[in-house]
Amino acid sequence: MNGDTEAYHQFLVAVTPHLRAMAKRRCRQFGAEAVEVEDIVQEVLLAVHTKRGTWDRTRPIGPWLSAIVRNKLIDSLRRRNRHGGLPIDDFTETLAAEERQETVTDRLDTERVLALLKPQQRDIVRSIAIDGSGVRDTAERLGMTEGAVRVALHRALRFLSARYGSK
Amino acid sequence: MKTDDLIKLLTQDAAVSFRLAPSMAAALVGSVCVSAAVLLLTIGIRPDFADAIYAGRVVFKLGITLLAAVIAANLVFRIGRPGADLGLPKLLLFVPPVLVVAAVVAELFAIPASSWKASMMGRNSAVCLIFIPLLSLAPLLGSFIVLRRTAPQHPGLAGAVAGLMSGCIAASLYAWRCPDDSPLFLAVWYTVSILGVSAAGYLIGGRVLKW
Repeated sequence: MNGDTEAYHQFLVAVTPHLRAMAKRRCRQFGAEAVEVEDIVQEVLLAVHTKRGTWDRTRPIGPWLSAIVRNKLIDSLRRRNRHGGLPIDDFTETLAAEERQETVTDRLDTERVLALLKPQQRDIVRSIAIDGSGVRDTAERLGMTEGAVRVALHRALRFLSARYGSK
Repeated sequence: MKTDDLIKLLTQDAAVSFRLAPSMAAALVGSVCVSAAVLLLTIGIRPDFADAIYAGRVVFKLGITLLAAVIAANLVFRIGRPGADLGLPKLLLFVPPVLVVAAVVAELFAIPASSWKASMMGRNSAVCLIFIPLLSLAPLLGSFIVLRRTAPQHPGLAGAVAGLMSGCIAASLYAWRCPDDSPLFLAVWYTVSILGVSAAGYLIGGRVLKW
């Protein structure tokens, strides 16, 4: 979390399976559909990311992380519940359907997310997330400075995070 | 979007541009300066300050408001951190009220019953009720701007604590002007003003500190 890209990537990759397991368990508890799990995981990841400045580096990261995750999970499930998106389904059936539906919801979500961003931010997000380019390549291709790409990406992520909160 | 893609995005934005403690410290120092300037440029400090500072009641008034502000600020620094231990900082909030009650009891013994009411009403309660909320605006705004980037578990309570701190900061500044030195006055009018700011903080916090 010192801006070390490699370490941060490892951290996020390591944390995600735990988040997914927790999200699955909670979804079952609340009777949410399993296809929503990935959405919730992403929402929690965004929260961890935008709030990472609140971690006191002299303390262990465990309690901090689990407090954020707990808060965000419950928040997210409540909101989904309120919007009536959670029919209580037979869980085994949903599990079976999960694999099939995942690609569909993933794609829908991408479209929706990208549609909300400004055109320039959208290009940057698409370039980094979907084409897998780094900041430098993206900057070159779009004719921007690296700093400008970083700032635009930062704004886009904060916007997405805020968007989730108000949904 | 695939979760792996999202992680790629987040990784490219790894640099941390916000740190809670330095940001909050900067916000508080800045806003205290603003409020102090407002006080000096409007009603100023009391003309007899040089003499009054030696009176026990004045020392108590300045000290207790400052202590309360420090105790509340200690909590404000922590309340935006998920998983932070708030037990002791919360308990400390009870210290200033206990000291005020003790001072009130002492005052009731120190002055005759006939002057209790006059001491409590003071001369300037209206100015107190206006200036404490007014001087609390800058710290309230400053702390909220920083808290918005944090992750308080209970947004309303976080707002209330920020309001409490702002009210106490404002009170400790206004105490340099306030001509009413009796703890009876302090216990009523300062408390009402500070709790008012705190209630406002609660209402605003519930709306703007959600994350």
